[in-house]
Amino acid sequence: MTTLPSTEQVWKALAQIPDPEIPVINVVEMGIVRDVEIEGNKATITMTPTFSGCPALHLIREQLERTARALGFDPVEVKTVLSPAWSTDWITPEAKERLRQYGIAPPKPRGAQDFLIELEAAPTPCPRCGSLNTSVKNTFGPTLCKAIYVCNNCQEPFESFKTV
Amino acid sequence: MTNAAKEILIAKLTALADDEVILAHRNSEWTGHGPILEEDIALANIVQDELGHATLWYGLRQQLDGSDPDQLAFFRDANEYRCCELVELPKGDWAFTMLRQYLFDLYEAFWLEAARHSTYQPLADAVQKIIREERFHLQHTQAWIERLGQGTEESNRRLQQALEMQWGYAQQLFVSIPGEELLVAEGIVPDLASVKERWLEHSTRHLQAAGLRLPINPGYQPTSRTYHTEHLWSILAEMQSTARWDAEAKVW
Repeated sequence: MTTLPSTEQVWKALAQIPDPEIPVINVVEMGIVRDVEIEGNKATITMTPTFSGCPALHLIREQLERTARALGFDPVEVKTVLSPAWSTDWITPEAKERLRQYGIAPPKPRGAQDFLIELEAAPTPCPRCGSLNTSVKNTFGPTLCKAIYVCNNCQEPFESFKTV
Repeated sequence: MTNAAKEILIAKLTALADDEVILAHRNSEWTGHGPILEEDIALANIVQDELGHATLWYGLRQQLDGSDPDQLAFFRDANEYRCCELVELPKGDWAFTMLRQYLFDLYEAFWLEAARHSTYQPLADAVQKIIREERFHLQHTQAWIERLGQGTEESNRRLQQALEMQWGYAQQLFVSIPGEELLVAEGIVPDLASVKERWLEHSTRHLQAAGLRLPINPGYQPTSRTYHTEHLWSILAEMQSTARWDAEAKVW
């Protein structure tokens, strides 16, 4: 008779899963995993999509399920919820700092951003030299969650996580 | 929700999803053929977002009637699709593609903004999700309208031509589906007439500022989502061929 891990241990195990597109942060600190519930041998994991068309979602779902199964849970259910809608404000401060060190400008605090047609207000600092003298090259980048910038100070191009 | 309202909501969600799927597939034709690499990537991103939104709309329908989104997208024939004709039109040149995406994004932006307070909670939740992504689309396509309209004589001429072709078609975005007034009365979806008012005001101002003339004669204005252009048949034939080739396949 083996005892199954506690909810807390499941959270710890899930925090070992890197984000498929940005491996320096894991799916828990990304804010994707919303809830873990254990009922006997059954584990229910609730996740929320980052960007609705993100192709990494399938992979994340699979990895959540596989991780819970490897801990001995059976059945494992991975539920998807839309509400409250995922926001970059949920990415932990430590993870944002790791993004910056990785070369991706972290998202800014979302604030009251209710009206749709609004331009990005605050300047995006260069993750390498910290200069605020940067400009957007493309609102769309290699993944749905990032835009392409260039630093006019150190001349380096860089990616910036979109604030949503 | 009454049974009658449920049936109409299913039809409305299908129309919303079908618009996104067909527009996304049409614009995906640019992948690998964009005028410059950055734009190729940007449009592919927008397409991916629109497909994500279609998934959400089909998902809401699934909650109501248990239908499978993949079955709906890949195994319905053209006459069962409920997209508007604007999204079916061939991609044309870059000006044509950007104008259509702009007119659609602007409609979507105002529709979503009005739908945030839907009394049907699953729809309000999906709207909160989609609205955050749409912001980036409109920013992008709006800038292209300025760039092309005020660019060279040729870019202005091409954009003007596209506008004359699309203006009438775009009006179909504001034609209700049969029974939609029931959903409006229950606060489930916004009233298209007020969405249109804002869209007209905003698009007219932006297009004119970009140096374009609004067509005096709006041209052909489709009115029913049960009619389609011949282009829908060919785009579906291409889009659905792999799925239909081997319907049981788990991995393509």
